[in-house]
Amino acid sequence: MGRYLIRRTLFMILVLFIVSLITFIIFVKLPASDPARRAVGKSTSPENVEAARHAFGLDKPLYVQYSRFAKGLIPWPGLFLNEDVYYSYANFVPVKEEIFSRLPVTIALAVGAAVLWTLVGIPIGIISAVRKGSVWDRSAMVFALIGVSAPVFWLAYLFLYIFWFKLGWAPPSGIPIGESVTQAVLSGRFILPWIVLSMTFAAFYARMVRGNLIETMSEDYIRTARAKGLSEKRVIYKHGLRAALTPVVTMFGLDLAVLLGGAFITETVFGLPGVGQYAVRSIFLNDFPAVMGVTLFAAFFIAVANLCVDVAYAFLDPRVRYT
Amino acid sequence: MAEPLLEVKNLTVHFPTDDGLVKAVDGVSFSLLPGETLGVVGESGSGKSVSFLTVMGLINAKQAVIEGQIIFQGQDLLTLPVDEMRNVRGEKISMIFQDPMTSLHPYYKTGDQIAEAIRVHQRVSKQEAHEQAVEMLRRVGIPRPDERADQYPHEFSGGMRQRAMIAMALSLNPDLLIADEPTTALDVTVQAQILDLLDRLKQEFNAAIVIVTHDLGVVAEHCDHIQVMYAGKIVEAGDRRDIYYGAHHPYTWGLLASIPRLDESDTKERLQPIRGLPPSLIFVPPGCAFHPRCPHVFDRCRTDVPELLPADGHHASRCHLSLSDKERIFQEEVMARS
Repeated sequence: MGRYLIRRTLFMILVLFIVSLITFIIFVKLPASDPARRAVGKSTSPENVEAARHAFGLDKPLYVQYSRFAKGLIPWPGLFLNEDVYYSYANFVPVKEEIFSRLPVTIALAVGAAVLWTLVGIPIGIISAVRKGSVWDRSAMVFALIGVSAPVFWLAYLFLYIFWFKLGWAPPSGIPIGESVTQAVLSGRFILPWIVLSMTFAAFYARMVRGNLIETMSEDYIRTARAKGLSEKRVIYKHGLRAALTPVVTMFGLDLAVLLGGAFITETVFGLPGVGQYAVRSIFLNDFPAVMGVTLFAAFFIAVANLCVDVAYAFLDPRVRYT
Repeated sequence: MAEPLLEVKNLTVHFPTDDGLVKAVDGVSFSLLPGETLGVVGESGSGKSVSFLTVMGLINAKQAVIEGQIIFQGQDLLTLPVDEMRNVRGEKISMIFQDPMTSLHPYYKTGDQIAEAIRVHQRVSKQEAHEQAVEMLRRVGIPRPDERADQYPHEFSGGMRQRAMIAMALSLNPDLLIADEPTTALDVTVQAQILDLLDRLKQEFNAAIVIVTHDLGVVAEHCDHIQVMYAGKIVEAGDRRDIYYGAHHPYTWGLLASIPRLDESDTKERLQPIRGLPPSLIFVPPGCAFHPRCPHVFDRCRTDVPELLPADGHHASRCHLSLSDKERIFQEEVMARS
C-alpha cells in the first residue's frame, strides 16, 4: 500500500507537470501577440511593456519562464500559486485570493448538485433495472435521454424563464453583493443551479446504474443468492447493488472533483461568482496568470480525487490489491 | 416401494422469444427416491439444466411457460406461493453450479456467504451461523477452515471454491442436492475429488443427488440411475448398468462412443463424434428429434414421434428400432468398439 501510494503520487506529479507545460504553451507561448503587451494594454509606453515583460519574467530564458509558473504548482504555503507570478493583471488581485474567495460558491454548487443527482439518479436507475421494460423504466429512460441531451445553458435559461420570470417561484440569477454563501443557499438562490447542473448527471447516473444492475443481476452469483432462498429484495439490494454501485462510486468521485474545479456554464449563466466563472472571465480578458492558476488548481483537484478514488476502490472491491 | 422424494410429471418449459417458442423442456417425467443419485446426461441445449432450474424455482412463470407438475415431498412446487417456494429453496433443495469461479459473490467473505444461507432459514445468531459455516467448510475438506472462512472467493482455487459451494448447499442439510455440471469447469484431477466428496457427503447427509452433466464418463461411477436427454425430452432412462452395458438409444450409443478410453491397448480407432449439431429448439425436427443425426434412421423416424417405452420395467428408451435390433446394434457397434 505504501509503495503504491508513492508510485501513484509520483505519477500524479508527472501528470501535473505535463498539464502545466501544456497550459503554459497554450496561454503564454502560442498566442501571436506579446504577452507583456497584452498585460499592459494597447495605449502605453514601450517602457511599460518592458517593465511588464520583466515583471512576468518573460525576458528570461524559456525554462526560467516556465519554472516560475511551475513553482506555483507545489502545494506549499509560500509557493502554491505564488503571488509574484499568479497575479491577475485584469483586476490586480492575486489569483490565489480570488480562487479561495470564490471556492465556497463553487463548493456549495457542486456538493448540492452532487447530493441531488445521487438522490435522483441512483434510485431511478434501480427502479428501471428492477422493473425493466415497465412503464416506469420507459419513462425513466426518456427522462434520461432528455437529461443527457439537453444542453446545460439551454436548460438554465429555460428554467430561469419558467420558474423565475413567469412563475416567480425561484429567485433570479446572481448573488447580491454582501450576501454570504450561507445566506444565498438559505434564500434558495442555489435551487435552480442545483437542478440544472444535476440534471445531466442524474440522467447519466440513472442510465449507468440501470445498465450495471441489469448486467449484475444476470451474474452467476446472483443465481447462487437466489438458490440460497434469499428474498428477491435481499438479492437485489444486498447482492446486486453491492456490485453494481462500485463503479458508480468511482465515477462520482471524479465528477465531483471536476465540478469543484469550476462548473463553468452553470456559474456563468446563473451569475454565481464561483471558480468557473472566474476562469471564463479570465479567458475572455486574456488574463493568462489567472487562466493558468485556475487550470492548475482544477488539475490538482482532479488528480488528487483520482488518487482518492483508486485508493477507495480497494475498500469497495476486495479483489483489488495494490502492488 | 418407498414414496418418491421428487416426482416430475410431464414437465414442459417453453420460452417465448422474438424468434419463436423455444421448447427447452418438452414433456419430461421422472421420479427420484430419497437418498438416490440420478445422473442426467445430454449435450448443451438438451434441456437438462433448464429442467432442474425449474425444479429449484429459479426459472419461473415470469420467464417461461411452465406446465406439468413437480411434486416434492407431496407438494406441487409449481403451485407453491413464492414465499413458501423460497423456504424450500436452499433448505430442502439446494443447488451447486457449473462455474465455481463466478458462482460466489466476489465482494463478500466466503464464510459470510455460507452463514447468510444458514441465517435465511434458521433463527440463529451471527456467531452461531459463522461457526456452522466454518464447520461445513471443514466437512467438505477445506484445510484451516476458520481462516478460510474469512477469505474472499478470489483467494480460493477453483476446486476449493466448488467445495465452498458444496458446503453452502449442504449447510441446511437438504433432502435433495442438484449439482449442475459440478465438475465441468475444473481440472480432471479435481473433478474426481469433487465427485468423491459428493459421494461421501451423500452418505453423511443422507441426501438425494442429481448430477447434471454432458459427460457420461463423469456419472459412470457415481449414479444409481441415469437419464439421457435430447432436445427437451428424455430419450433413455435406466439403471447405471442398463446404460453402460445395454444402451437402447442411438444417441446414448453416440455418447458412449465419444468417451475417450485410456485403458485400451489398441487405440487405432479415433474417437467417434456424433455427427451434426443439436437441433434448434424452436424448429424441432418432426418425428424423432434425433433422426437427422441418427445412423440407423428409417422412414418411420421422420414422421412419428417415438414414445418413451420401457423394455423391462426400469429401462426405457424413445426409439423406433425393435428391441432385438437395439440389442444387436449395441453389441456389434458399441460394445465391440469400447
